[in-house]
Amino acid sequence: MNKAVKNAQEAIEGIRDNMTVMFGGFGLCGIPENTIMALSKTSVKGLVCISNNCGVDDFGLGFLLNNHQIKKMVSSYVGENAEFERQMMSGELEVELLPQGTLAERIRAGGAGIPAFYVPAGYGTEVGEGKESREFNGKMHLLELGLTADFAVVKAWKGDTAGNLIYKYTANNFNNMMAMAGKITIAEVEELVPAGELDPNFIHTPGVFVQRIFKGIDYEKRIEQLTLSK
Amino acid sequence: MALDKNQIARRIARELKDGNFVNLGIGIPTLVANFIPENIHVTLQSENGMLGMGPFPTMETVDADLINAGKQTITYLPGASFFDSATSFAMIRGGHIDITILGAFEVSEAGDIASWKVPRKLIKGMGGAMDLVASAKNIIVAMQHTNKEGQSKLLKECTLPLTGVNCVKRIVTDLAVLDVTEKGFRLLERAPGVTVEQIKAATEGTLIVEGEIPEIVL
Repeated sequence: MNKAVKNAQEAIEGIRDNMTVMFGGFGLCGIPENTIMALSKTSVKGLVCISNNCGVDDFGLGFLLNNHQIKKMVSSYVGENAEFERQMMSGELEVELLPQGTLAERIRAGGAGIPAFYVPAGYGTEVGEGKESREFNGKMHLLELGLTADFAVVKAWKGDTAGNLIYKYTANNFNNMMAMAGKITIAEVEELVPAGELDPNFIHTPGVFVQRIFKGIDYEKRIEQLTLSK
Repeated sequence: MALDKNQIARRIARELKDGNFVNLGIGIPTLVANFIPENIHVTLQSENGMLGMGPFPTMETVDADLINAGKQTITYLPGASFFDSATSFAMIRGGHIDITILGAFEVSEAGDIASWKVPRKLIKGMGGAMDLVASAKNIIVAMQHTNKEGQSKLLKECTLPLTGVNCVKRIVTDLAVLDVTEKGFRLLERAPGVTVEQIKAATEGTLIVEGEIPEIVL
């Protein structure tokens, strides 16, 4: 089945107000730039966004934030974004902060059909407030729930028309699990090839998890902390 | 003389053993990579999704797709691997990472750590710190002994929101090396020229001093 769509505008068809959408990426690394840009040009609002971070003031999910299209963020780290902090402090934006590994596993579990699981992270902290806890092997754990979304938007290096994806270096991060957890998963890729051209031995995300795929354009790939050896 | 940040990192590097898998947090812990003894091999993990982290790149080798958990551009070494964040935290949660070195705002004498939030002042999020402190086999905190106001960061009980409970094993500060024990902070070493009395005065939590306390050898 050919899952290729023309561009980001076509890929986001069906994303409506108040939906839950996952966005892959860690910081600005491996974020679906094209899809975020296309969404920022729509009037869709009230989004619940699940993403490890929320971009920076003038890039990535920062675009949706500045347009007040996001109602709630579920993240693990939200520093380096002044507008985010302002909206959070003023109460305009609802924020749920989770330990990064818990967030990653909740997404993986959601995509894998596991409704809940126990992890030790956050026990005894405010993350554990209101959560069921239980002792295993002499250590306390918190019950955490699997997460799914109406749409998941991921970015890969290479993809084929069957939806198979390959990531580059640390740009994999949350993309692989999020692809599994979207009812509809949109993948944007730097290189899109016909099915059969990627070596099936080296696929990271099997095509079954991806419903729409397109070749992104004009990737800026902005670097947040350019650090060079002296 | 109190240790500077590089000296704290140099002292912590001596805790690493050949074959260790190590996760370094942001700040002083990142500097530890510069002081790993040449006769041992350790593998650095970055929780966004890599094992085998190398030094920072040059302008010619920089790649936006290759960053560490502090979002800094990085390189990789022979034998490196890349994976998704769920696999990365499976390594951490599953006990496959030997040592976690991270910074802190406060540590309590029971080994509780506060490092992610100052109510009404700073809310950036915990990132991977809660997962790391809940699961790593050995957790070492690198921090200043006192805060900017001169107040002790080694307390009977933490005052800030916690990152984890009863997890810190060892602390290396600008003044001392201490272990967290059932009875309190046990003083192991003192910075060159710093007296036990000065460390006592800078430690709000219970300080256990037994016998002669040697100076830190750098």
